[in-house]
Amino acid sequence: MNKTINQKAWLFVIPVFILVAFNAAIPLMTVVNYSFQETFGNNVFAWEGTRWFKQILQSERFHAALGRQITFTFIILLIQIPLGIGIALTMPKKGWGVPVCLILMSMPLLIPWNVVGAMWNIFALPDIGFLGHSLNGLGFDYNFTQQPGDAWFTTILMDVWHWTSLVVLLSYAGLNSIQPAYYQAAEIDGASRWATFRYIELPKMKKVLTLAILLRFMDSFMIYTEPFVLTGGGPGNTTAFLSIDLVKMALGQFDLGPAAAMSLIYFFIVLLVCWVFYNLMMKNEAQS
Amino acid sequence: MSLELKNVEKKVGIDTHIYPTNLKFEKNTINVLLGSTLAGKTTLMQIMAGLDKPTSGEIWFNEKNVTGMKVQKRNCSMVYQQFINYPNYTVYENIASPLVITGVNSNEIKERVGKVAELLKLSAMLNKKPDELSGGQQQRTALARALVKDSDLILLDEPLANLDFKLREELREELPKLFEDRDCIVVYATTEPSDALMIGGNTATLLEGKVIQYGKTLEVYNKPENLISAKVFSDPPMNIAEVKKNGEICKLTDNTVQWKSSAKIKDGTYKIGIRPHNITTYKEGNNSVEIMGKVQISELSGSESLIHFTNGNLNWVSLSNGIQQKNVGDDAKLYMNIDEFLYFDQNNRLVKNG
Repeated sequence: MNKTINQKAWLFVIPVFILVAFNAAIPLMTVVNYSFQETFGNNVFAWEGTRWFKQILQSERFHAALGRQITFTFIILLIQIPLGIGIALTMPKKGWGVPVCLILMSMPLLIPWNVVGAMWNIFALPDIGFLGHSLNGLGFDYNFTQQPGDAWFTTILMDVWHWTSLVVLLSYAGLNSIQPAYYQAAEIDGASRWATFRYIELPKMKKVLTLAILLRFMDSFMIYTEPFVLTGGGPGNTTAFLSIDLVKMALGQFDLGPAAAMSLIYFFIVLLVCWVFYNLMMKNEAQS
Repeated sequence: MSLELKNVEKKVGIDTHIYPTNLKFEKNTINVLLGSTLAGKTTLMQIMAGLDKPTSGEIWFNEKNVTGMKVQKRNCSMVYQQFINYPNYTVYENIASPLVITGVNSNEIKERVGKVAELLKLSAMLNKKPDELSGGQQQRTALARALVKDSDLILLDEPLANLDFKLREELREELPKLFEDRDCIVVYATTEPSDALMIGGNTATLLEGKVIQYGKTLEVYNKPENLISAKVFSDPPMNIAEVKKNGEICKLTDNTVQWKSSAKIKDGTYKIGIRPHNITTYKEGNNSVEIMGKVQISELSGSESLIHFTNGNLNWVSLSNGIQQKNVGDDAKLYMNIDEFLYFDQNNRLVKNG
């Protein structure tokens, strides 16, 4: 068959190219540009090679921020995934309870991030906030603006409140796609509730849970707005996760070179972890 | 051993899913529940298994009332239309699962699983996961799980419906043999009359939550108590026409087709049911009568030819052996085997077969 040659088709693709160039490629290249040079403003640049990268990779500040970030992400995944599955398991499967639960569950997801931060900031204030005041009233010495432990506790609680719903909704969808016959078969076999969960529900939710973990990993690893509004990274640097630290460096100290290098390293870490996750997911897919 | 449903009724809200039903299945029998979708086959089976409770009525097993007894306490197994296996267990572990739960010792498990696997031709794939198997093998695994348990009651809910034609035929032939020397009651639900005929045993015809007739499969097929039972047990659908009997002469009210009948039934108006395979493009049997028709659809189904035609105001379906091509719109001459006609009275009750 003769292939029709029609170069006009490019016209359809060009807008996308331009769009992607403006919102991804060009900004990224700017960052790459900054990361290898020193700038003093007025468009004066001096070549620095890999100096900024070395500096960042060796800096204790970066190590500390990365450590905090990994700890935070690990903790929230450890809480949100089991909690989300647990809530999804207890949600009703039919009747009026379904829309009620679904709406309640999606509420936190619909609130803008900075509003969540502001809400929790006011909620947790030790003197006037409901949470802070109550905790102090109960005899706990709680002050998230001054005590690092309290700041972490509040940030994690906020993130769990904000994002567990996502895991719940995904798990619920996964659970609902299991045919009732599986449960009946388990019942006939005399399988316990735990065995039903372990050998039917969990394997059937595997794909959707991988997705949930991936999404929650990415989002929490790049978290900025909520802790920025809640604690501003404080007290001291104790809740300054990678993004917060990055913005401090870039805009607070105007260290554009190191900040750009850090952005790229940050970007590669996220990319690497996603790539690993993606491959694990695909490996599972290939097996089944 | 017997399973008896006494006046079992199932209502959900204002809908009646099962009208009061009495059925008794004896030891070592295969019982087919035959009916279209929504006839209540699955509901009945779930009530039999104890997965669902009847709204009223009782279930007796071995002369004991088991109504409301939990499914775990009954010794039954079930196979579904979907291939239900534990996804991350191997075939071996899947088959062994009901035994492991009941605490059978491992040597015996090995032996019993081995036996069943051989019976179902699964020996070569005991280490595979269900996802790696074909549909037929997955369903064999589910069947093996049901058989390994030595249940008193084995329920098969349209087990072949999701298989392709060839696998269906293959497994359908094997099924009755699998249950031959087992001490159990088998209940088999299907929408296909041919399944029931192939499996034999007993058949209950169902329509819209009512059991229409229960008896030996061939008897139900040859002597349907009434028109509904005959319709349920006929695929392609049965041809039904009105006939006037006057002395020896029977004549279709709708057209000029007439024949002599030695039937000892009163003169009057009857309905006759004619199964499609008793209308053929060639003469079959000793007594046949011609019918002319305009061909509407002519299609092949395997090695059989299905011809839809009109005669008078009625649509007829005929099923002939071999390839009998007709052109749509042509006039065709077909033969009806009058020895196979089913006569029903005005109340749709069978008055004569043949």
